[in-house]
Amino acid sequence: MADRQEVTIIERLGTVDRRYVFLLIAVAVIIPLIVHYTTAIPTSAIVQSLFDKIESMPPGSKILISFDYGPSTEPENQPMANAVTRHALEKGHRIYLVALWATGPRQSQKLIDDVIKVEFPDKVYGVDWIHLGYKAGNQGLINTLLSDFRTMYTTDISGNAIDGLPMMKDIHTLRDFDLIIGLGSGFPGTKEWIQFAGDPGDIPVGGGTTAVMAPLLYPYYPKQMVGFMGGLQGAAEYEYALVKIYPKYAMRSRIASTTMGPQVTAHLVIVGFIILGNITFLIEKRRKRKYR
Amino acid sequence: MKRTVPLIITFFVGIILIIAMFVPHDPFYGLDSKFSIFYDVIAVFAFILGGGNLLKVHFYKIQNRRRDWKYSIVTVSGFFLMLGAGLLKIGVPGGWSGDYQADGSLFKYLYDAAFQPLQATMFSLLAFFVASASYRAFRAKTREATILLVAAFVILLRPTPLGYYLTFWLPKPLQFLHIPNLSTWIMSVPNMAGQRAIMIGIALGIVSTSLRLMLGIERSYLGTEGKG
Repeated sequence: MADRQEVTIIERLGTVDRRYVFLLIAVAVIIPLIVHYTTAIPTSAIVQSLFDKIESMPPGSKILISFDYGPSTEPENQPMANAVTRHALEKGHRIYLVALWATGPRQSQKLIDDVIKVEFPDKVYGVDWIHLGYKAGNQGLINTLLSDFRTMYTTDISGNAIDGLPMMKDIHTLRDFDLIIGLGSGFPGTKEWIQFAGDPGDIPVGGGTTAVMAPLLYPYYPKQMVGFMGGLQGAAEYEYALVKIYPKYAMRSRIASTTMGPQVTAHLVIVGFIILGNITFLIEKRRKRKYR
Repeated sequence: MKRTVPLIITFFVGIILIIAMFVPHDPFYGLDSKFSIFYDVIAVFAFILGGGNLLKVHFYKIQNRRRDWKYSIVTVSGFFLMLGAGLLKIGVPGGWSGDYQADGSLFKYLYDAAFQPLQATMFSLLAFFVASASYRAFRAKTREATILLVAAFVILLRPTPLGYYLTFWLPKPLQFLHIPNLSTWIMSVPNMAGQRAIMIGIALGIVSTSLRLMLGIERSYLGTEGKG
């Protein structure tokens, strides 16, 4: 009788209704958001490498940042854009914002509104940063930009001729950039920047992608890619590296670290469910063997 | 004729671009970037084609009351609403000369209030399905499944404090088993090896498919057989 009861409990634990799984995940995400649970993520070598590249470049270096994502992956990609831009402008680099995705310019506009205009009001449009917007063509666009940047970008996003802007004076091809940073969540994205710009043009490329895309980019590191941020964790690691060197950003540069809290607890819940699932699976397996 | 001309164009363009790759001298020098400009121009027209195709498919579903045809009404309405808001610059400060995405425009309002939360919601749902799927799928049924399970376990624990505290006490010779170190190793050694193998396989596949296209063996891009 007791044995039968045990079977029922184990069977139940092994097949928990997925609505309970969903409920626990919801709780695991909501509670850390309410209590502002944060966790410091020490910087990994691959993220540190990207940070060091930007840190070591001389002031005035030209960095192209491509926004190849949309609102769906904003929680992962936007903190990367914020942290990298903050770092680049702090170092006195010039940044050029472009997009391979039609949804990209809205994300770069968010960066401008949330970071550039608020934290760097002294930086001048056309001198320190420029918003070039989206162009169609995917990897074909990159290929064209590699040989002639001005064929595709004759104006900035607002329609102003780029010839009149000081920071565009020295830009003729992608080879004129000191670093390309592709922030993406799919095709075209960081991989295409490496394949069609970094490799043929011998231009340093770094990037940031969603966590699910990150494993695909490891083969390019370190020879074809200077470093990259994988998912929200990568962004949090970059924030950690930034705050370590520039403590004044401790309060501002923490969006990834803050949103890592719910991710960490969600991971723990998933780990818990995996353990539970396997314990019940092994007990059932042993029981089946016993009664065979 | 309808099939022969595209086949000849494909063959010659393919051959010329291959030569341009290996012979960086006139008249081949820079041909790849010139062709890329053609590609970029065509890509812009693809938007019109894409929009037309979307309408064709959904109008057909609505007209014939196909399965879930009511959702097609939402799709078509959303398409025209966003298109109209952008093209007609509704609510744009400064009228026709203003930016269609400017603050106060209907396009920006719809993007921020509808498109963005909808996309974010769709992507966020992944967390729930990943949790449910890993609970059901990550079972140590076979040796391969156990390896996958252990790898997933380490990667999932990597950013958590538990991942640190479980193994931080390990002595120096065993520090490679410390979860953050083990996670880095998994990503940069077995994962990288697997990804490289897949990439090389894909590259070889692309080469063979390209050759088939150029030689006219692969003709599916021309449409249905027998209609040329």
